[in-house]
Amino acid sequence: MKRFVVKHLLFLLLTLFAVSFLVFTLNEFSPGAVARKILGAYATQEQVDLLTRQMGLDRPVLVRYVDYLGALASGDLGYSTRFKLPVREVIFKHLANTALLAAVAFACIVPLSTVLGAVAGMREASRLDRVILMFSTVIASIPEFALGVFLASVFVVWLGWLPGTATLVAGGGWSVAAQLVLPVAVIVLFDSGYVVSMVRASMVEVMQRPYIRTAVLKGLPFRAVILRHALRNAMLTPVTVIMLQINYLVAGVVVVETVFAYPGFGRMILEAALFKDIALIEAGALVAVFLAVVTNILGDVAYMLLDPRIRA
Amino acid sequence: MSTPVAAGTLSASSPAASRAWARWRRRRVAALAESTPATIGIAIVLAWAVLALVAPLIAPYPPNANDMAALAHPTPSKAHWLGTDHLGRDLLSRILWGARPVLVIAPLAVLGAAALGSLLGLAAGYYGRWIDLVITRACDIVLSFPVIILYMIILAHFGSSAWNIVGVLTLTKAPIIARIVRGMTLDLREREYVAAAKMRGESALYIMLVEILPNARGPLVVDMCLRTGYNVIIIGALGFLGIGLPPPDPDWGGMVKDTYGMMMVWPHMALFPCAAISSLVVGFNLLAVGLRELGLRD
Repeated sequence: MKRFVVKHLLFLLLTLFAVSFLVFTLNEFSPGAVARKILGAYATQEQVDLLTRQMGLDRPVLVRYVDYLGALASGDLGYSTRFKLPVREVIFKHLANTALLAAVAFACIVPLSTVLGAVAGMREASRLDRVILMFSTVIASIPEFALGVFLASVFVVWLGWLPGTATLVAGGGWSVAAQLVLPVAVIVLFDSGYVVSMVRASMVEVMQRPYIRTAVLKGLPFRAVILRHALRNAMLTPVTVIMLQINYLVAGVVVVETVFAYPGFGRMILEAALFKDIALIEAGALVAVFLAVVTNILGDVAYMLLDPRIRA
Repeated sequence: MSTPVAAGTLSASSPAASRAWARWRRRRVAALAESTPATIGIAIVLAWAVLALVAPLIAPYPPNANDMAALAHPTPSKAHWLGTDHLGRDLLSRILWGARPVLVIAPLAVLGAAALGSLLGLAAGYYGRWIDLVITRACDIVLSFPVIILYMIILAHFGSSAWNIVGVLTLTKAPIIARIVRGMTLDLREREYVAAAKMRGESALYIMLVEILPNARGPLVVDMCLRTGYNVIIIGALGFLGIGLPPPDPDWGGMVKDTYGMMMVWPHMALFPCAAISSLVVGFNLLAVGLRELGLRD
């Protein structure tokens, strides 16, 4: 267990180095380009050259990368030209907004997809199974922006029950809670389709094991077989999948955030990328990868804790 | 290939073997027609493929032509069956033309990812040791990166064109294929026919491509089908985020991006392209479900 965690933490460090180097060189390989991005298209060439010298951008890439790592280590993430604020504040604010959205969505996805997946998988190829499988396949096939447009056209345009934007500023007569309903609904529908099929596949496999047959043959009620014997084992594989959804919820929901003008982390990176706000792109990418790898490790640890067979 | 001893090439060219192969293929196609999801999936995908192919012939208007007179009443009418968008461009024509880039880019990127991923996976699984370690670690790093963020950074940096989207999709999807192929290679390389090929003195490349890869194709085909559907979603999402195919040529995601702000007044402008892209992805995913059922049966 200890060896496992140490090994994975080393991999985390390696990944962070690789990603920071890639993003750094991608953004800053040509020295003139950095100053040009900061000053914009209308600055004269002299201004660009001056800033390049001032910022020390004429030094080799590797030297500047080491400098950059030093600044990172001391907690200085730089200054965002898009938001006119220190990068740390910008990232913190947007990450908190996304965490709210992700937490609510996650709290809906896990019970919903566990129940649906288990119910579908306990009798493979039954009518209920086919209906759930078909439904989750179709729902998971609809792109998030299309789901958003479909739901908005019903609940915003037609019925007028909900607001079409979620800017998190309580205004226009809509509370923040009402604003969250549609974005959360889109994420839950899109993501559940995938998780349901994973839980179902695992459940189908467990139901074919000998100990389930034994439990049925010794006369246990079907409900007890499912709840006491099948479900716990069937949840082993999906735990990893479910932990990976956190990764999607933090960074992948940029499309949903864009549909509903939600001030989240994914949108922040998109704006930074379009605005060529290099300090924010670099820090944002590092945070995203850090979260992705950490949730990956947590998923593996949870798997080990649940399954005594591989707890070494 | 030039060595006549290669058992595979000999038997495949004999008439009996080719008849058996044809029989097997017919059974497969018949079984595919029996599966309801697969039938619906094939029908949808084929319908879109045909529509995309004949778009220049059947589209009632040029895709980028503005009809300023229609702009007063852009909703569906006799002249414009699906209505027009906010610039007076015929929606039906734009949706038909918009099927073309998606149906080229998505499968092309899947083929690219399958080719690159298979090579990496074969090399990692066949050679093992440090080659395996390097390839696996590199794949893990790419996979740990939230994909959509990678797209945003790369495409915002290099600009967006059809080729850049194909490149990015290929690079980010190849590691998944590599992982699948590596796992199967580890198993297949211990088989007798691989040992026999080694004994004959075949090159490593021949063994990997001719002896091992064909036996790993089953799971690969299902995965490629699913991945084409995902690629369609991603291409749409990129268009929606404004980093997809460059305007003004029609692109489903971009059409939604341009018009979803006007939903309160003209919801049809965003709804029709959304319906188009959703139906295409549903088609690919149903096809994958059907293929997987077939794979389980035999």
